Amino acid sequence: MRRDLTRRGLILGGAVAAGSTLAATSGYLAAPRPDDQPTSPAPSTAAPATEPFHGPHQAGIATSPQTHAALLGLDLRPGTDREALGRLMRILTDDARRLTEGQAGLADAQPELADIPARLTVTFGFGPGLFTAAGLKHQRPAIDLPKFSIDKLQDRWSDGDLLVQICADDPVTLAHALRLITKDARAFATVRWTQRGFRRPPTSQPAGHTQRNLMGQLDGTVQPTDLGKAVWISDGPAWLHGGTLMVLRRIHMDLEKWDRADEAAKEFSIGRRLATGAPLTGHNEHDEPDLHAKDHVGFPVIDDAAHIRLAHTADPAQRMLRRSYNYDETVSADGVTDTGLLFISYQADITRQFIPVQQRLAATDLLNAWTTPIGSAVFALPPGCTTGGWIGETLLA
Amino acid sequence: MLNIRIIVPALPLLALPLAACGSGDDTTGAAATVTPAASASASAPKEALTITNPWVKTVDKGMTAAFGTITNTTGAEVTIVSAATPASPKVELHEVAGSGGEMKMRPKQGGFTVPAGGKLELKPGGYHIMLMDVTGPIEPGRQVAFTLTLADRSTIRFSALAKDFNGGNETYAPGH
Repeated sequence: MRRDLTRRGLILGGAVAAGSTLAATSGYLAAPRPDDQPTSPAPSTAAPATEPFHGPHQAGIATSPQTHAALLGLDLRPGTDREALGRLMRILTDDARRLTEGQAGLADAQPELADIPARLTVTFGFGPGLFTAAGLKHQRPAIDLPKFSIDKLQDRWSDGDLLVQICADDPVTLAHALRLITKDARAFATVRWTQRGFRRPPTSQPAGHTQRNLMGQLDGTVQPTDLGKAVWISDGPAWLHGGTLMVLRRIHMDLEKWDRADEAAKEFSIGRRLATGAPLTGHNEHDEPDLHAKDHVGFPVIDDAAHIRLAHTADPAQRMLRRSYNYDETVSADGVTDTGLLFISYQADITRQFIPVQQRLAATDLLNAWTTPIGSAVFALPPGCTTGGWIGETLLA
Repeated sequence: MLNIRIIVPALPLLALPLAACGSGDDTTGAAATVTPAASASASAPKEALTITNPWVKTVDKGMTAAFGTITNTTGAEVTIVSAATPASPKVELHEVAGSGGEMKMRPKQGGFTVPAGGKLELKPGGYHIMLMDVTGPIEPGRQVAFTLTLADRSTIRFSALAKDFNGGNETYAPGH
């Protein structure tokens, strides 16, 4: 009875929250910047930049990417069963709900840091081991990846029972949220990995423009046109309706080797111009690549092994939503950076949407000469919740 | 250590998720706070006090404490004379008194008084609801039911989320 009421509230509350997501986002994008007074900007009178926590879907997926991200992969402690997972997710939901609204968490030792939410989002995902720990293997969606020939996966960047993805435009806000959530998870789980990423801030490059990865390529040009088909799950286990599947791949870039390639070789490998992101058959970034075009001697203009040909998906509904972050860790004594991409994609079905593309790329993608997947994890991201609910309740309650 | 900023929630709604999200175990006493802000002045009888941001410190057994912000919604002073919870047969209303390094916790004589239209903050290092003899573990994420009894014998019920916490110089030695 109680649960039925909660479920109904989820649907009703979701419709309202979906509308407010759009309103809040456009409000943020439309906020004026004090360009004319760079030395003494007037105090902002705009509402604090918050992303709504409640709704049919979790925030942090369709949300315009924030500048900073920290991804936490947790391993459940022995004995963390379904009942304990319910308690854990109630606590973490409570933390996320408060912090994203600019409120201090309960028992927050640094409540002063909660004042600036900076579009904070906290997103939760369930890995294979969580379903086993909860005794709910029969509810587990297909979240296994095959081995890909190019993979050189390291345990320290791979797998995990529970994902917490924290994104914010302010690294101080992010650090505070990460710490509170880490402290509250300690009793239930150990930390398997922490992966941090960054993008250009909206003060450098307006939101909505494709960003460059650290190889210099515009990355993420082609995105799905209909998230309802491409991202949000509407069939299979009922608990996951409104949720999605997330693939996280830590892709190391050999920038020293990339430096040695000339511009023509780089563009040939990608199938796009570096400067504009336009396909080699077009003029603008968003021109549709002509995969049939031939050059004057009859060779394909976009090579058979070019990245964009292999990654191309004709049906927009089959595209995955990509929301990647750069990483750049410590520099070696020899002056070589540890650089790469936290490739993040969200899709309703990895078997249909992710695996075929990745298999094509693994087999022949020219970019494989410079990029190596060194970490891999897949998670099922439950739907969002209402003001009275918690993330994961549809599975664990 | 004791100078913890008072957190006044802008949204009374914040009390709602805590009280409403339990799936059974300890939440039977939670109904009193499941009241959206908008309806506080509507048909439901108005509570003299509301409790926002309630939480209780986890413990295996023995002593622990509960915290939160108590708001007096009336135009008259309200006094809380006692608190009770199924988690502990003995519960006291405590204050921390003294100065410098000689801070001591002790029962607050006469209970907690919340000024008309005002707030009382229960926080580590300050006023708190002391659970003197917790019989079984209060695990993180559990909802613990509480009942406050006011001077006029009326009662206020709320439910507090259990969280790990090791700050605020909070150690509870027997006989303090």
